[in-house]
Amino acid sequence: MSNLVEIRDLQFAYGERVILSNLRMDFPRGKVVAVMGGSGCGKTTVLRLIGGQIRPNKGEVKVGGEVVHQLDTDGLYRLRRKMGMLFQFGALFTDLTVFDNVAFPLREHTDLPEELIRDLVLLKLNAVGLRNAHRLKPAEISGGMARRVAVARAIALDPELIMYDEPFAGLDPISMGVTANLIRKLNDALGSTSILVSHDVHECFSIADFVYFMSAGKIVAQGTPAELRVSLDPYVKQFVNAEADGPVPFDYPGKALADDLGLGARA
Amino acid sequence: MIGNPLAAIGRVVLDTLSSIGFATRSFFGLLQVSPGAMRRPSLISEQIHFIGNHSLVIIIVSGLFVGMVLGLQGYITLTPYGAEQKLGQVVALALVRELGPVVTALLFAGRAGTSLTAQIGLMKAGEQLSAMEMMAINPIQRVLAPRFWAGVIAMPVLGTIFSAVGVLGGYLVGVQLIGVDEGAFWSQMQANVDVRADVLNGVLKSFVFGIAVTFTALFQGYHADPTPEDVSRATTRTVVIASLMVWGLDFVMTALMFNK
Repeated sequence: MSNLVEIRDLQFAYGERVILSNLRMDFPRGKVVAVMGGSGCGKTTVLRLIGGQIRPNKGEVKVGGEVVHQLDTDGLYRLRRKMGMLFQFGALFTDLTVFDNVAFPLREHTDLPEELIRDLVLLKLNAVGLRNAHRLKPAEISGGMARRVAVARAIALDPELIMYDEPFAGLDPISMGVTANLIRKLNDALGSTSILVSHDVHECFSIADFVYFMSAGKIVAQGTPAELRVSLDPYVKQFVNAEADGPVPFDYPGKALADDLGLGARA
Repeated sequence: MIGNPLAAIGRVVLDTLSSIGFATRSFFGLLQVSPGAMRRPSLISEQIHFIGNHSLVIIIVSGLFVGMVLGLQGYITLTPYGAEQKLGQVVALALVRELGPVVTALLFAGRAGTSLTAQIGLMKAGEQLSAMEMMAINPIQRVLAPRFWAGVIAMPVLGTIFSAVGVLGGYLVGVQLIGVDEGAFWSQMQANVDVRADVLNGVLKSFVFGIAVTFTALFQGYHADPTPEDVSRATTRTVVIASLMVWGLDFVMTALMFNK
């Protein structure tokens, strides 16, 4: 099976601070691939590089065979029309209704008559269970519902690639389960490829075909959810079992507590 | 430790030049995508409604009071010279040449400019502009350009309304309240206010202020850090920078337009 997205020898830094180094990842067509890791490990940066919002210092990201950072603005916008992205907090347009939010990409990119746009929007909203909320404003719906509206907006143009940035953050267990099932179902129904950036082990393992584990900007483990569940890798074990300390230290690196309390000399 | 003062001055100068260069590039970038925004006039008219209509009340009330004060002060100043008949001319020239464009621009910066900065800054903080980019929609073309042209169009209209209401205020105080001759008030105004030299130059000033104030507001919002602190700082910067630009530009334009 061919890969829709390929990342090779990728390096990215903000100034001197290296965020990603020597990254190699494959995202096969039609699959749901999860990128997991603790906060600040560079997961969202991977999505931003795939979407061409930032440029790598070294290496390349290929989407559909095109090297993203080599595209000009028109080429990048052409490529992005094949992508849908769910932002962490939905990023809905607060001055528009739920209906207009989902209709937004259709109105901007197509010349479809308003009647057809209406039908398409209602179908997309129906897919996320919010058809009857189409008249509401984002301020009138819950966080979980806003996330689902954002999913409907992300799939409005039936993208080949859907990227989800922390889709489960801040959701209650019911909304979390609903959202996870939705991601899997939409991926299969649309025949698209999904990249799921999250640190929620349970939901990711339940819907992903393949999982990458990242730490400090590097891939530290990868495999199917079944393989990772029985993995003996200390990082995977710590993450999957939610252990406070391990390869990812609990304490922010720096001086020891004894030094801070002035007990160093006595020890 | 006290650093080299020369180096500090050099750094400030370089930073300032670099900021001006960046703002200039952004301005031309905005102009470059404007034809795309012009093709959708509904987006611009929507913003004219938002920016213009919402500023209308403060413009009318301020214009009325500024005109009334001008009528009163003009009468007090002109009476010792027996020149109170000239009141209409004084009020009209002060308004159409200076006070109309300048005060409107300052009020516009405070009323609509801050609102634009906060709106764009919050859209950025809420990742709405990033979401737009990821939908292959250029936020500068879709969000900034319609607001820019709406501000540029609304400002001369608001300035004209301010001046017209101001003249009415001057008339109410000078003629109706104090008793200056009504015929003299209007005829002096008609005889001594030139449409091209005075009224059109005033409108031209408003147009330039519209460009300066609206661009400053949008630029500050778009380049604010996506945090509540910086968005609030950006709204303050909008008022300060736009006001200073209005005063500076007004002096330059007055020197060019009315220097006989």
